[in-house]
Parts: sequence; structure tokens; C-alpha cells
Amino acid sequence: MLASDKSSLKRTPLHALHVARGGKMVPFAGYEMPVQFPAGVLKEHLHTRSAVGLFDVSHMGQLALRAKSGKVEDAALALERLVPQDIVAVAPGRQRYAQFTNDDGGILDDLMVANFGDHLFLVVNAACKTEDEAHLRAHLSESCVIDSLADRALIALQGPKAESVLVKLGADVTAMRFMDTGPRKVAGFDCFVSRSGYTGEDGFEISVPAEQAEALVAALLENPDVLPIGLGARDSLRLEAGLCLYGHDLDTTTTPVEGALEWSVQKSRRSGGARAGGFPGAEKILSQFEKGASRRRVGLRAQGRAPVREGAPLFADTASTDAIGKVTSGGFGPSLNAPVAMGYLPTALAANGTQVFAEVRGQRLPLQVAAMPFVPNAYKR
Amino acid sequence: MTTLFTSDHEWLRIEGDVATIGVTDYAQSQLGDVVFVELPKVGRALKKAEAAAVVESVKAASDVYAPISGEVIEVNEALAAEPALVNSDAGGKAWFFKLKIADKSELGGLMDEAAYKSHTA
Repeated sequence: MLASDKSSLKRTPLHALHVARGGKMVPFAGYEMPVQFPAGVLKEHLHTRSAVGLFDVSHMGQLALRAKSGKVEDAALALERLVPQDIVAVAPGRQRYAQFTNDDGGILDDLMVANFGDHLFLVVNAACKTEDEAHLRAHLSESCVIDSLADRALIALQGPKAESVLVKLGADVTAMRFMDTGPRKVAGFDCFVSRSGYTGEDGFEISVPAEQAEALVAALLENPDVLPIGLGARDSLRLEAGLCLYGHDLDTTTTPVEGALEWSVQKSRRSGGARAGGFPGAEKILSQFEKGASRRRVGLRAQGRAPVREGAPLFADTASTDAIGKVTSGGFGPSLNAPVAMGYLPTALAANGTQVFAEVRGQRLPLQVAAMPFVPNAYKR
Repeated sequence: MTTLFTSDHEWLRIEGDVATIGVTDYAQSQLGDVVFVELPKVGRALKKAEAAAVVESVKAASDVYAPISGEVIEVNEALAAEPALVNSDAGGKAWFFKLKIADKSELGGLMDEAAYKSHTA
């Protein structure tokens, strides 16, 4: 990219720290972000699975959604008009994975929704945050106030030793379970902490005022168990964990059912539920719950060592000329020491163990449909 | 024995009419951790600038081009079995393939070590 383009990129509050730690900075979703540090993608990935990785995810959007009535339940009911999830049932101090859907049942973005007691706290993808905020304002402004929390940084601390790192900095997190969330002091700083992440490991996501982010991260990095991790390993970690990357594995043409996200749509929002439907694309999505969808997101394992990357067309056999699907994320899984991928296939070919072929550099490579996560998750339930 | 370099970060070691080809240490530092290498078939006639091999890191795939024309006479099977050699010994054990040089005049367009150093500086 041209040097003049880089000047238009935004920086997170941790930019100087990344550069000082030798981060290789690349453009990502309008931000200048570290793709890797001197340790390299492989070591960063494995370190996160064995100790603790620290990720700057400050480019993501943080939003507060408050009902004008002052009741969090009204904010939850309002948000349910835009997502197929049960938000009313998210108890104070808990969070849930959700998707904004469009009128065709496609996914506009995926997000996390936390109940902060008197309001909802939303975390959305960097590339979609402007559109998401506009979408919320366009549909919910009558009953709710939407605040963009652009003055906050977001840090993910992921791995089996993440809890002990936070405890050493005085954070009261031991009793938290997966998807618990709430205000906590970390190293003396007032933060929002949730026990969640995007790696399949136990870990935490920490929202902190931007002006305190550098000091907090410096305190976290003082612990020798903690290494800074770039976007490269973030991607290989989430892929091994079977987690979707919006804009790749999910987009405006994929529904939650096609995306194999049925688990994320609670019974109360499905046909026959207490608040069935009432979200964009409900007719199509609920009909897919009953009749099934024609295609489905699946995990794919290669028989050889050649990584199969995003965009590779999938075929039923070695001879046919018509592709039956394509790979939406793919690469090498360092923990598995093998290639891993996910993609879309006709539902009839989506059963685990089914053999299909990906075309890579003119060759048909055999792949098997495989259960996800590829690496078992280690969430603290 | 002469060692020459291309602007695509390949090296060639010339011994008589045989060129041994690999990627430079600078290239491996840019690629990151190499996890897969695909080598050309022995006997394949490569034309200069043709994609000859593939090197993949965790993140991305990159082509290795034939710096000169020639027939592939040997490939490094040890590298296919242990792709990380590219990171640990790019200029030595991690050679990719050997070519029987088709046209020695093509060597004239390549860089010597001093010119390559200033190219990557």
C-alpha cells in the first residue's frame, strides 16, 4: 500500500506500544494493527494455548444501549427487534452472542450483548461499527439512547493462565464463569471485564478508558506469562476454535441456520416461542429451522499438509466441473499441526466424514467434513 | 561457485551447468513461519519467471518463480518433510530444487550479493 494511504488509517490507544514491541503493522478494517510480533504467528498461537496471549481489539465497536424508560428490559425488548436472540433472558452480569439480521435473513454483523444492570453493552466488529450504530439509531431511537463508547480501548487476555495474571493484579475474577461480565478493578484501573474471547481458550475481554489502556497493558505485559499477539495468530486461534469471522464465514447472504448458528437462537424466538419472530428476516430464518436450509457451514480437514485457503472452490469429486461450495476461511492450525478450514456445502454433503475436494493450484485435494471446534475449547463453565 | 540473487528474493548457486535454487533469509523473515512447501516435479521444464514452487506460512501462500529457464533435475524432499527449514536455514539446507541451466545468458540479468544487499536495504 502507498505511504499516503497509511496516514488515513486510524490508530488504537496501544499503537505506540505495538511499535515499541516490534509489531509488524498492517491495515485492517481502517486501522493500523499488528499482524504479528517478533515471536511470529506460530509461537504466538502456541503461547496463547499454553500460557497467555494479549490482544488489542480496540478497533472493535463498543456501544451502550439505554432505554429511555430507564429499564434494561425495555432496551432488551427493543434490541430483540433487530436480532433473533433472546436478549430479555440475559441476566444482569451475563452476556450472549447475537447477530443483526437483514430482511432476507442474512447477517449484517455478529456481536456480543451484555446486561450491565441498567443498560446493555454491545461489542461489534470494527469493519461494521459505523453501519451498526446507524442501524441501531434508525430502528431504536424512539425508545432508546445509543452511545458510541469510542473513548474506550478493548483488550483480550486469552489462555490457561489468564485468570492467574489478573488475580496477581488484584482483579476479583476467580468466581466468574464463561460469559459472566461486570465492572472490575484491574491493576487499580476501573474496567468492564467479561470472561469470554475469540480463541477457544479460557480468558477475559477488558474494556478500559483509552487514556488508561497503555498503563494497563504495560502492567499486564510485566508478567512473563503474557505475550502480545497479532492478528495472524488471532485468526488461526479462532479458526481452530471453529469461530466465525464476519465478512468471511458469515455475511449478508448467509442466515444463522446456514451458518450453523442454530444454537445461538433461543427457543423463545423460534416458532411457538414466547416472543417468536419479530426480527428482520424472521420468516425465512424460522422456515429454515423447520424445513432446513439448502447449504450449511461445515468444518473441513485436509488429508495432506497443503493449507486450503479462503476462496478455494469445493467439488463433490475429482472430475466434476461445477463447484458445490467454497472455503470461507482456511489455513494452517498450529495446535493441530495440520491444515484446517471452514466453508459452505450443500446440506446433503454436510455430514461429518463426507469427502469433498478443494481445488488448489489446479489440483483437487481431498477434504473431509469434520466436527468443530477442531481444538476442544477450554471455557470455564 | 557463484551465488546470484533475484529481485523476488530467490538465490541461485551456480556449479557448472547446474543451478541450485532457494529463497533468501530476507524472504523467510518476511514470510514468517513456513508450514508447507510444494516442489516442482523432477523432469519438468521450467521457463524463466514461471511459478515453480509454493511456500506457505500460517497466514499466506507465496509462489517461488524460476529465476532462469531449465529442467528440474533434483528437488529437496527433506524440505517437503520439514518446511520449517526455510526459517532456520534459508540459504543452506532449505534449497528448493536444482535446474539444468538452459541458457547461461539468462544469468546476466541477476544480482550479485552486494547488489542484492542494497536491493533489500
